[in-house]
Amino acid sequence: MNRAAIRAIYVSEMTRFFRTIAQSFISPVISTSLYFVVFGAAIGSRIDQVEGVSYGAFIVPGLIMLSVMTQAITNASFGIYFPKFIGTIYELLSAPVNFLEIVLGFVGAAATKALFIGLVILGTAALFVDLQIQNPLAMIAFLLLTCLSFALFGFIIGIWAQNFEQLQLIPLLVITPLVFLGGSFYSIAMLPPVWQKITLFNPVVYLISGFRWSFFGVADVPIGLSLLAIAAFTALCLGVVWWIFRTGWRIRT
Amino acid sequence: METIADIRDLRKTYAGGFEALKGVTLAIETGEILALLGPNGAGKTTLISTICGITSPSGGSVTVGGHDVVSGYRDARRLIGLVPQEIHLEPFSKVKDTVAFTRGLFGKPRDDGLIERILRQLSLWDKRDARVVELSGGMKRRVLIAKALSHEPALLFLDEPTAGVDVELRKDMWAIVDGLKAQGTTIVLTTHYIEEAEAIADRVGVINGGQLLLVEEKAALMKRLGQKCLQIDLLDPVTAIPEVLAGYGLEIVGNGHALRYTYDTRGEGTGITRLLADLSAAGMSLRDIQTEQSSLEDIFVGLVREGAA
Repeated sequence: MNRAAIRAIYVSEMTRFFRTIAQSFISPVISTSLYFVVFGAAIGSRIDQVEGVSYGAFIVPGLIMLSVMTQAITNASFGIYFPKFIGTIYELLSAPVNFLEIVLGFVGAAATKALFIGLVILGTAALFVDLQIQNPLAMIAFLLLTCLSFALFGFIIGIWAQNFEQLQLIPLLVITPLVFLGGSFYSIAMLPPVWQKITLFNPVVYLISGFRWSFFGVADVPIGLSLLAIAAFTALCLGVVWWIFRTGWRIRT
Repeated sequence: METIADIRDLRKTYAGGFEALKGVTLAIETGEILALLGPNGAGKTTLISTICGITSPSGGSVTVGGHDVVSGYRDARRLIGLVPQEIHLEPFSKVKDTVAFTRGLFGKPRDDGLIERILRQLSLWDKRDARVVELSGGMKRRVLIAKALSHEPALLFLDEPTAGVDVELRKDMWAIVDGLKAQGTTIVLTTHYIEEAEAIADRVGVINGGQLLLVEEKAALMKRLGQKCLQIDLLDPVTAIPEVLAGYGLEIVGNGHALRYTYDTRGEGTGITRLLADLSAAGMSLRDIQTEQSSLEDIFVGLVREGAA
């Protein structure tokens, strides 16, 4: 294992993050505050409790997940796409590193950033609503696994993308709708029966449900199923990444 | 001579069907400066990229320091430094950070002293905290070299290090290469500037159309293939070549004030003695004679033309 290489990639990725720390910090704080003003205060005041939880608190796990997923994808996809775009990928290809080391460096950094943003949002949310976390360990586990798996997914997108439009395409066209329709702002039980069935095909439902369970002890789907879903997604992404490096798909000619 | 890299029947066909390398066999000797000379699209960059791991070979094998570049890529690549042809640098990182990054990537522990020595050697120390984007083109090239040297490679590839750089910087680059050789680094550089190969290389390989046409000691190459030219300045100008001298293929130059005789140094006899005797027999008085070694350029053009024919 080339530990120095993992560290080098990780440090260089984190350096870029810290170079723009103000933006990295301010934008999630502002957007979260906006969500609380709109959904929590304006609309939420007219909604009673959802499954025994005040609406303002109920949306917190979904909001965190929304940002964590998009941040993990954006950071990881940009992280590996940028060297391809400016040509510095030659260094990674000619260095004595294997796929696991490259992935650990890039995905580790992207996951760290996403985790950081997630915690910032959690902190911001705590200023607006009364938060209780019933299962802190489960909460951390879900958060970490989501950061990791979506960073892996972003890494795949970054390798697949051949221009900046494609880089934006998946987060915008797939992830945002899935998250919004995945129960970030409502409980599945509030949907008509047909939609309750359809929505179970949305993988994000399992993540948000599990994450919310760790806060309030209420869930749309069994917690075991949530864990299985996130584990399966992580494994799938790992498999694809392994295949990419084995075949050199879109990186090595 | 010990061999640091052994390339055997290396082939590369790109996905589009283009055959960039058609079976290249080459042994790179430890401590030498080998110049790979060839026109654009000859396969120079593909050859380097395949050795370094940027492209996968379609056939043949390469070992560096005894390690196969595919199956033993870790050990092989640790020995190799690569300076790419294009300036590929992350624009916003600091000079010292990007150099340290490469060292880390190659699995070497942090060594600020070494990085300082490299940056000083390349006159980059004053710019260590500058961002890459603020540097001039020449400085950026130096940064690329610093990165390649950061992990102390035994074999350094310089892909067209002086393409598009001014004369001053080219001279600097040659001095840097000389310095590296003195430290024991083996250097392979590609170029399409013949004077570059002539100025700094120990051996010259000529590559064209994906094939290595020849590899020779620079001096031997010029001696073997070199043609020489004898210029005879005449006391009295001539308008036509006298009958007796018709067989020499002489050329009248300088308004009849001189004759040029081209001969092959490989030949059994150069014919000079006979020519001079015939000249005096024809009653011509000589003011001066001089000879001129043909440059690598002439050799190169001859070879490439031969290959095309």
